[in-house]
Amino acid sequence: MKRLLTATLIAAALSTPAYAAKDTITVGMQLEPPNLDPTGGAAAAIREVNYLNIFEGLTRVDENLNPHPLLAESWTISADGLTYTFKLKTGVKFHDGAAFDCSVVKFTYERAVGPDSTNGQKGYFEPIAKTECPDPATAVITLKRPTGRFLFAMGLSDSVMISPATAATNKATPVGTGPFRFSRWVKGDRVEMLRNDSYWGAKPALKMVTFRFISDPTAAAAAVMAGDLDAFPNFPAPETLDQIRADKRFTVAIGTSSGKIVLSLNNARAPFDDVRVRRALAHAIDRKSLIDALGGGGTPIGSHYVPGDAAYIDLSNTYPYDPAKARALLAEAGVKPGFVMTLRLPPPAYARRGGEVIAAMLEQVGITAKIENIEWAQWLDQVFGKSTNFDATIVAHVEARDLDVFARDFYYFNYKNTEYRAIYAKYIEAADPAAQIALAQQLQRKLAEDQPAVFLYAGAKTGVWNSKLRGLWINGPIPANHMAVVSWVD
Amino acid sequence: MNLFLVRRVLGLLATVLAASLVVFIVLEVLPSDPAPLMLGTEARPDTLAALRRELGLDQPSWWRVVTWIGNLLRGDLGISYTYRVPVSELIGARVEVTLPLAMMAIALSTSIAIPIGVFSASRRGAASDTAVMAGAQLGIAMPNFWLGILFILVFAVWLGWFPAGGFAGWDKGVGAALHSLVLPAFALALPQAAILSRVTRASVLETLGQDYVRTARAKGLTATVALWRHAVPNALIPVVTILGLQFSFLLAGTVIIENVFTLPGLGRLMFQSIAQRDLIVVQDLVVLMATSVIVINFVVDIIYRLLDPRIGAGAQ
Repeated sequence: MKRLLTATLIAAALSTPAYAAKDTITVGMQLEPPNLDPTGGAAAAIREVNYLNIFEGLTRVDENLNPHPLLAESWTISADGLTYTFKLKTGVKFHDGAAFDCSVVKFTYERAVGPDSTNGQKGYFEPIAKTECPDPATAVITLKRPTGRFLFAMGLSDSVMISPATAATNKATPVGTGPFRFSRWVKGDRVEMLRNDSYWGAKPALKMVTFRFISDPTAAAAAVMAGDLDAFPNFPAPETLDQIRADKRFTVAIGTSSGKIVLSLNNARAPFDDVRVRRALAHAIDRKSLIDALGGGGTPIGSHYVPGDAAYIDLSNTYPYDPAKARALLAEAGVKPGFVMTLRLPPPAYARRGGEVIAAMLEQVGITAKIENIEWAQWLDQVFGKSTNFDATIVAHVEARDLDVFARDFYYFNYKNTEYRAIYAKYIEAADPAAQIALAQQLQRKLAEDQPAVFLYAGAKTGVWNSKLRGLWINGPIPANHMAVVSWVD
Repeated sequence: MNLFLVRRVLGLLATVLAASLVVFIVLEVLPSDPAPLMLGTEARPDTLAALRRELGLDQPSWWRVVTWIGNLLRGDLGISYTYRVPVSELIGARVEVTLPLAMMAIALSTSIAIPIGVFSASRRGAASDTAVMAGAQLGIAMPNFWLGILFILVFAVWLGWFPAGGFAGWDKGVGAALHSLVLPAFALALPQAAILSRVTRASVLETLGQDYVRTARAKGLTATVALWRHAVPNALIPVVTILGLQFSFLLAGTVIIENVFTLPGLGRLMFQSIAQRDLIVVQDLVVLMATSVIVINFVVDIIYRLLDPRIGAGAQ
């Protein structure tokens, strides 16, 4: 034993100098991206690999969702909020040598809104009336109507700049303007990228970044413990966290995400069309116990917004846990004890395990929740699709600031509320940041009051990485691994 | 023998065609639209329609099945919906992982199981026989994914002898590549070896009771020589049968083991393609796996004839 200990100490001593010079990193992810073009697929994994690493947009958003200049140095907005004039960075080149100028902006936005567009967030571009190029370094974008979140939307990965020459091949071999160049993709295993030595901005400290895809949570934990991975920014095995925390080699960072885990209700179907029933369900669920039972961490919420965002207000106590009150409200609404409802649950643990916990809580107020486990394709078809054939489901809405989903003509909640839509119309057009925040809060209150879905909790982002790493995002409001700001210390 | 070959090849083609039709129909009936899975919940109807058009999913199903099978016959497996590269390229890269893994597992399980089975049979009832067979019983009871996780914890996390998963790649050298296959191969092989050793033992015990073994002993051969020269070769037919059956279990096992060890092999490709509704890849993989199972059974038939020339003599 003593000899083993000595050997370990020697090995540790020998390996320290190697760390000091380290300029490569291997980052673990649970899902492999289906392709590498963020403008042609919605998968979060595409963004976790590419955003701000390979591809860049006119603006970027930071860890707290604030927009910053990126390929646009600065901009002015006309008084009516309809014309955005962007001054573009000059001398920027794509990885294949093609120049970035206004023609690229025009191409990117027109492609995104065109008839053949497969951009998952085509709605972001829909307000654009036209893009004009008075000179190569200026882009003038005219909107059909004022759009308060335009700068934010243009900073997301759906809006990154795409070169006309490589637009068709970005799915397999992405070419952008970012600080890292795509190197290779061993499908099923890893994506490798190398530092872009002719990058227009500050050079990254890392020379090479490898993303490895490990879907099994136990295997992910083992790969971290064995030192095969340097970081796992969205760590999937909460049950091993205590063991990892106790190990000095690792840092465990718990941050916020944009994920809102909700018990979605079909507002078109009785008795969920009665607000008293929805409020009763909200009273029936003990959010704190639910979060503890799932083990992944999180914060109870009462509306469709997450802590960490500037406009967030804590409404989690609107309908506090109170089974007696829930039973009273159900009786008032004419729902008899023994009422049976169906919970259609997609695969993630928050839904499957969470569903069991919630079913047990509903039993306490006289509701029998029948559980039906389904996979994502079925969920998209049966719950989310046109038929909306469901009573209730549990799902994480992961898009940042997606208050619009309750204002749509068709969306699976079937929440059709004219008052909410009127406030939303004002919110989306508000240009003044203070007015935007005030309206966002009004929308949150309206949702809290109506509970079109029972808002459960805001998911935490759990990251695990080597203690010698600096710069990784602790919060994950959008799917991203901003590797240009990551470095090793001694 | 020629007639036998022709009949078998025709049967093989018919089975593969039936398998491809079945998998196509099953995937048509299931909710299996890849477009919303790829474009997410925020996608607009016109965007989904544009993607379906791009993938050719707007064509009627009879047209898609005809073009798919027609292309298969010409050796064109199509283009993956999600990765957007030729399926043949995807499968080619994955075969480089799965085939060596499967061969290592088969080699390990036979080289462990046959000596153990023969050894046990030759000491029937002895303490060593009981101990070995108890071990085999344990091996049968252990699922391969559990064994895989146990191996990772012991040999990768604790001892650090092997990587916790992933495949080094053949470009890093044969040694490094095989090194990353050792743990998954053992995880696949041990439960199979356990079954195989019991079959071997039973089969050898049966032949040991045969008249020709007694005759061999009577003409003066030692027990060991009689065992290896007369009993074992005759005991191999059931062993080969089980080995052939185990090949299909092995294919199923790689789906799980490749996920546990995150190996970029065929099994993991199958798993991912089903989850992402990459229908063309799923169809091609099912056809490929069905074909390999059928081919293996065919090979097993041939081996029977080599082991025992009496089999199939009637067909000639």
